[in-house]
Amino acid sequence: MSMDYREYILDHYRNPRNYGTLAHPNAHAEDSNPLCGDQLAIDLLIEEDLVKEVRFQGRGCAISQAAASMLSEMIEGKSVEEVVQLGKDDVLDSLGIPISPARTKCAFLSLRVLHRSLALAGLEKPIDNDEEDQ
Amino acid sequence: MTTVQQPATRSADDIRGDFPILSRLVHGKPLVYLDSTASSQKPVAVIEAMSQYYETTHANVHRGVYEISEEATAKMERARVKVARFINARQSKQVIFTRNTTESINLVAYSWGYANIKAGDLIVLTGMEHHSNLVPWQMLAQRAGARLEFVPVTDDGLLQLDVYEQLLQQQPRLVAFTHMSNVLGTVNPAQEMIAQAHAAGALVLLDAAQSVPHMPVDVQALDVDFLCFSAHKMLGPTGIGVLYGKRDLLEAMPPFMGGGDMIRTVGLRESTWNDLPWKFEAGTPAIAEAIGLGAAVDYLNAIGMENARQHEQNITAYAMEQVQQVPGLIIYGPGAARRGGVISFTLGDIHPHDLASILDQEVGVAIRAGHHCAQPLMERFGLAATARASFYVYTITDDVDMLVKGLHKALEIFKL
Ligand SMILES: Cc1ncc(COP(=O)(O)O)c(C=O)c1O
Repeated sequence: MSMDYREYILDHYRNPRNYGTLAHPNAHAEDSNPLCGDQLAIDLLIEEDLVKEVRFQGRGCAISQAAASMLSEMIEGKSVEEVVQLGKDDVLDSLGIPISPARTKCAFLSLRVLHRSLALAGLEKPIDNDEEDQ
Repeated sequence: MTTVQQPATRSADDIRGDFPILSRLVHGKPLVYLDSTASSQKPVAVIEAMSQYYETTHANVHRGVYEISEEATAKMERARVKVARFINARQSKQVIFTRNTTESINLVAYSWGYANIKAGDLIVLTGMEHHSNLVPWQMLAQRAGARLEFVPVTDDGLLQLDVYEQLLQQQPRLVAFTHMSNVLGTVNPAQEMIAQAHAAGALVLLDAAQSVPHMPVDVQALDVDFLCFSAHKMLGPTGIGVLYGKRDLLEAMPPFMGGGDMIRTVGLRESTWNDLPWKFEAGTPAIAEAIGLGAAVDYLNAIGMENARQHEQNITAYAMEQVQQVPGLIIYGPGAARRGGVISFTLGDIHPHDLASILDQEVGVAIRAGHHCAQPLMERFGLAATARASFYVYTITDDVDMLVKGLHKALEIFKL
């Protein structure tokens, strides 16, 4: 499978949207990918069941950072109900390139952290931490 | 062993023919394998020694009184003798088969460590250790209440030996360090460091995972107390490694794991231990793997370890020269003269994982990307990850040229 580093992916990597932290987030989580050391933290400000603001911080490869940047755009202004429903396909759709099996963990790191932040805030059921078989 | 004449040099081009995997394709391109530091490829001689064993001789060892069991036992013990000669151990019983370097180090940490390390004792390590020569000592230190101190690494990727000397004045019980860094390639001055440790009353464990495969290693000349390495990094199979130890130390150590084979007599409440090396080899061993390791040793001897080292130094010097010309590329570690066949680098703002993906897809070059199981060392250099290319007896300059081509391709893709 050939991954192709499209221009918009490089753009998100080099100019990540919603990068940074929030002063008063009411949902937060962070995680790292133990195999490659990629790190990611997400802050959310949720008001009236809407994601009012989102910031993320991280370091890692173009795939993991672009996926986080795109995910942050995707959830801004969405209802918690909608965000809870987001899954791997949504991330793959927004990346828009094939992701080789060795790199899926990079692509889904931000998604995992997002769901964890909602779970920690009591807004969704904690997800089973076991990685699904691919 | 010091008087062994090196066999006539075989070219790497010729050697490659012995490695079936090197003629396969990846993504439709010939495989260029530059990850031997993680694990080496296997020559036909090793693969055939193992399959021939399974086809003709397999039975459990040590216990059988019938023909094939005796043959299997003899083959396995012959492999032990080969390994002992390869590192110039005085006796083959000083060669204990484990699963890998990691298990060998853990064996010493548990068996020798729990018997000898007391609260307040000092263990000296270095800032360039692989996690497998760090975490077992952390676990021991936590349990025994011992202290760990670390020899720092200079900007050039060398050990800060003046600090080492200061640490030795604090009378550590044990010094454990890597003979060659799997990240920076640095070859540490083991002989001098061991002599200094002994003068200070400390024992030394040498992590030889990267040295035994790549250069002549003589345990008597080094006067090392414990030496650990893995077969899979030296053309042999996975699943088998070696712990070498000085005999009096091994004799005095309690067993690591209990079970079959490691006992002399077993009562319901008490047992007595078998002789070396079997005291440390509980349960059915990796028989075919031991035989494969023996075949790998034969193969390396036929090449000659001085020749292997020379070839790798040549290819490393060539590679450093070539990759340095790629704009934005930074190499970590010492110059070619002080390192083995390993080059860790970064390229512009391209994350090493992206680089590894591009090299794989675009030119079929397999390199490693990440922290290389040495996170404290990466932090020392302010890095989260590097890309790493590594070389072995079958690496040729064409491999390096393909790497360079791939690096230029990556620059293009990342618009640098
Ligand atoms: C220096 C060093 N020590 C220890 C190890 C661990 O070897 P193994 O995984 O075979 O136990 C490695 C392997 O990468 C290594 O390079």
